[in-house]
Amino acid sequence: MTTPSLFNAFLSVVRRDLILAYRHRAELINPLAFFVMVVTLFPLAVGADVELLRRIAPGVIWVAALLASLLSMDALFRSDFEDGSLELMVMTPHPLSILVLAKVTAHWLLSGMPLLLITPLLAAMFDLQADVIGVLLTTLVLGTPVLSLIGAIAVALTVGLRKGGVLLAILVLPLYVPVLIFASGAVDSATAGLPVSGQLYMMCAMLFLAITLTPWPTAAALRMSLS
Amino acid sequence: MPVPHFYHWFLKHRMTTRPFFEARQLACIRDDRVLFSGLDIQVHGGQVLLIEGPNGSGKTSLLRILTGLRNPDEGELYWCGTAVLELAALFYQDVAYVGHMNGMKDDLSASENLKFTQSLATATLSIDEGLHKVGLDGYQDTPIRYLSAGQRRRLALARLLCTKKRLWILDEPFTSLDKASIMLFESYIEDHVATGGIAIMTSHHDTGLPDHIVQKIELRS
Repeated sequence: MTTPSLFNAFLSVVRRDLILAYRHRAELINPLAFFVMVVTLFPLAVGADVELLRRIAPGVIWVAALLASLLSMDALFRSDFEDGSLELMVMTPHPLSILVLAKVTAHWLLSGMPLLLITPLLAAMFDLQADVIGVLLTTLVLGTPVLSLIGAIAVALTVGLRKGGVLLAILVLPLYVPVLIFASGAVDSATAGLPVSGQLYMMCAMLFLAITLTPWPTAAALRMSLS
Repeated sequence: MPVPHFYHWFLKHRMTTRPFFEARQLACIRDDRVLFSGLDIQVHGGQVLLIEGPNGSGKTSLLRILTGLRNPDEGELYWCGTAVLELAALFYQDVAYVGHMNGMKDDLSASENLKFTQSLATATLSIDEGLHKVGLDGYQDTPIRYLSAGQRRRLALARLLCTKKRLWILDEPFTSLDKASIMLFESYIEDHVATGGIAIMTSHHDTGLPDHIVQKIELRS
């Protein structure tokens, strides 16, 4: 028998993380509930001024998505680090960067994807037009994986610390800012009826840069945290 | 010291047939304390290396260095004559490690845990055979959080039996195992070594392994 292929290893890591998350459904709800709460409270607090709501909608939804992503980030490597399975993942013939990418993929499916699904509903509360909602969803599709991938580097660095929560936020937030700017910029342009392709291309570029470049520093940081 | 060329050739020739693990001049410093330095290790296929020493003498640190998880402060590792740093991922095709932590997911069942291990390495036994060998028949679908500490340890050791690795690195493998299980595992270690494998382990218990296959090093604190 031969060693399973890299692709199979990738899939088995994703599958394992999805099964584990399914057995901890309650924890899955946390970031989503946070996202929904923050976004729904804004119209209640700001009032029913439709113009104003439309204007702040992209910012509110994106800031909430960003914070929700940050909230769920810490759990990415935590349990694997604590029960020793991370050590074993490092000690496989497969490149750690690819296994890291698998873990981030699973994490995004569990934390980013639910946000995408609930967003059209929330956007309706801000009286966004259908085409603007489309752009908003596109920015979330392109942007939330970037948040997970960049966050993974910082999580890998802080996983060995007992109280790395604040440090994680400080490390990660500056790197999240470009995503936030281009995403809410795109939605703003869409609201004003302007073309959005520039911002979306930029976000595509960020996504591909993140997919190709972040797994290596994350893997290196994990090795450091383990040694 | 320069070594005659023919000797190199001789070594290399032998290494292709028999695994050979070597550490040269290892040193480990922790919190400004030198745990050990100038440590040389040579283990051949068919041998068990037993690392002894009191608590805090650096046994676990040494094992973690040997697995490549921790970088030695000085020194280098060689697997079958090639530096481990050069081998990188190739080295891990041959290494199985059971550390202090079992490295198992509490919420996955026994067979799911083993299946995951096999999905990242070369499988040898089927899951059911592996569980049978460690006496965990019938626990296939039990989430391992419901298993006792000893049963979990046995499952962690079942990983060794289910995957094809030539170098076993075991940190206190017999913690929380009962006498019968310890004897069982010692027989598995003997089998592994008899087929040309290497086992490097620490243990506080006296092992029942036959003397002629055991090589000991003592770390002092």
